[in-house]
Amino acid sequence: MSKNPLKTKPQAATENLQPATENLQRTTDNFQVSTVMIWAIALFVTAVFLWILSDIVWHGVGQINWEFLTTAPKNAGREGGIAPILVSTILILGVCMTVSVPIGVGTAILLAEFTDTKSIFGRLVRRSLDVLAGVPSIVFGLFGNAFFCKTLGLGFSILSGGLTLACMVLPILIRSTEEGFRAVSDDYRLSATALGLSRTTTLWNVLLPAAAPGVVVGLVLGIGRAIAETAALIFTSGYVDRMPESLLDSGRSLSIHIFDLSMNVTGGNANAYASALVLLVLLLLINGTAAWMTQYWLHRKVESVCKHSAFE
Amino acid sequence: MVNPLQTIERLPVSQSINDPLIQTERLCLHYGTKPAFADVSLPIYKGSITALVGPSGCGKTSFLSCLNRLTDLIPNAKVTGRIRIGSLDVVSPRMDAIAKRGAVELIALRRRVGMIFQKPSPFPFSIWKNLAFPLREHGVKNRHKIAQLIETGLRDVGLWEEVKDRLHTSALALSGGQKQRLCIARALVLQPEVLLLDEPCSALDPISSGVVEDLIARLRGRYTLVIVTHNLAQARRIADYTAVFWVKEAVGRLIEYGCVEQIFESPQQALTAAYVNGIRG
Repeated sequence: MSKNPLKTKPQAATENLQPATENLQRTTDNFQVSTVMIWAIALFVTAVFLWILSDIVWHGVGQINWEFLTTAPKNAGREGGIAPILVSTILILGVCMTVSVPIGVGTAILLAEFTDTKSIFGRLVRRSLDVLAGVPSIVFGLFGNAFFCKTLGLGFSILSGGLTLACMVLPILIRSTEEGFRAVSDDYRLSATALGLSRTTTLWNVLLPAAAPGVVVGLVLGIGRAIAETAALIFTSGYVDRMPESLLDSGRSLSIHIFDLSMNVTGGNANAYASALVLLVLLLLINGTAAWMTQYWLHRKVESVCKHSAFE
Repeated sequence: MVNPLQTIERLPVSQSINDPLIQTERLCLHYGTKPAFADVSLPIYKGSITALVGPSGCGKTSFLSCLNRLTDLIPNAKVTGRIRIGSLDVVSPRMDAIAKRGAVELIALRRRVGMIFQKPSPFPFSIWKNLAFPLREHGVKNRHKIAQLIETGLRDVGLWEEVKDRLHTSALALSGGQKQRLCIARALVLQPEVLLLDEPCSALDPISSGVVEDLIARLRGRYTLVIVTHNLAQARRIADYTAVFWVKEAVGRLIEYGCVEQIFESPQQALTAAYVNGIRG
């Protein structure tokens, strides 16, 4: 009976299983340790973010009311609101995006669709952009001051500030848009070509919608960098906290206002906190709108033909 | 031996042998200095199904993409020899110049010679727009005409009943086989003469693969089909003519061409015999 292989086999298997279980135990322990560590790191990062956020909200939310948003600052910003500063910030951002988005998306298309990855031109442009992305903002500020304010004679103005920010944002925008285009499956390009669609049509109708997530990532990162910028703007858009009358007027951005209130104005901390909160909310609003608009636009592009169909 | 699956009526050889719709003569393709295939002279008859078989890397797909000049997309791909489609010389200095400009003749060629790829790749649009958008780009603006063409196209590929209630939902939500049939419909609504199929079933599950294969067989006669396949049984089931490619000294060559019965039952070449009997390749 004991020689019956059917009966002896399971026993042998159990014996062999013993060391395997130990190994398994050890792997599980390692796994648990790494799980705890990963969670700890994640919690730490979240905690830091929440701390900063709650600090700003805690100190800032009391000052914020409709009057704060709609009146001019008084007494060097200690009292009054931030209306002209809000307007200047939005104008600077507007100039920056109007200039950088077309140039950025255009360059990204050139790099991703019309340039060989290994070509000298492509590598040169890409390397330059990577270097440019790492240049400190103060250098951009000095460049903007020398070029836009002095050489082009735009002076300390919202236009100079916006253009300088555009230079700063372009590398990020181009690189992530380019990645967006590269991430689009080649199958789309092949299918479109095989259907006899022209390159322009393919780009506009197929590749651009498919690459839109990359464009939005670039846009959000770019806006984030632009709206938070202080150093580059001090030299280009200036300090003046009056309501700007045109793009050639000097205008103070929110970030400069915060810097000024907390560093140069004693007793300005309360309004600095309030301005920081407004800046955060503005950033979230713009990012949210950008994401929502892309969704809407993509959806509409899909639906546009449907609306006119005979099947409705 | 009669294959029981072979219920589809085949074209009598004598009828179509007179006028190949496509004729290649000593066609070669180089990627840079590396040859993909060389000296392929192959007739493709109107309304028939021609299967290209052979081991991987023997230039079947490359050959296919020469026929609609998709090779233009690949930098430093160089095609030499001749391809005649009807009265059009596909490989000529004139066409090269046209291709550089992306002119109307090139678009007309690609409309005339449709192509289906291994991986079903509907655009990330609704089912409706996948079909309507190429039509619009080719100048069909009339809404009723578009609606009519789309319905016909979807019926042709047997997709109409399955999707008629969700034409405006994303095409990416379809199953693999449905996606491939949508791609075929997308090519068919442009009313091509020739359809090139690059392993259209190999990314699909057996059931979807069967559905697509039956569809391809149904298109015989109305379109001229050239299909690359690794599935010899499939080639045998649906093809009228078979071309066997082989790699010789790292270059793809056409080693044998003939009616499907001839290739599978009385091959002339020892390599073909070994291949179709599953000994080589």
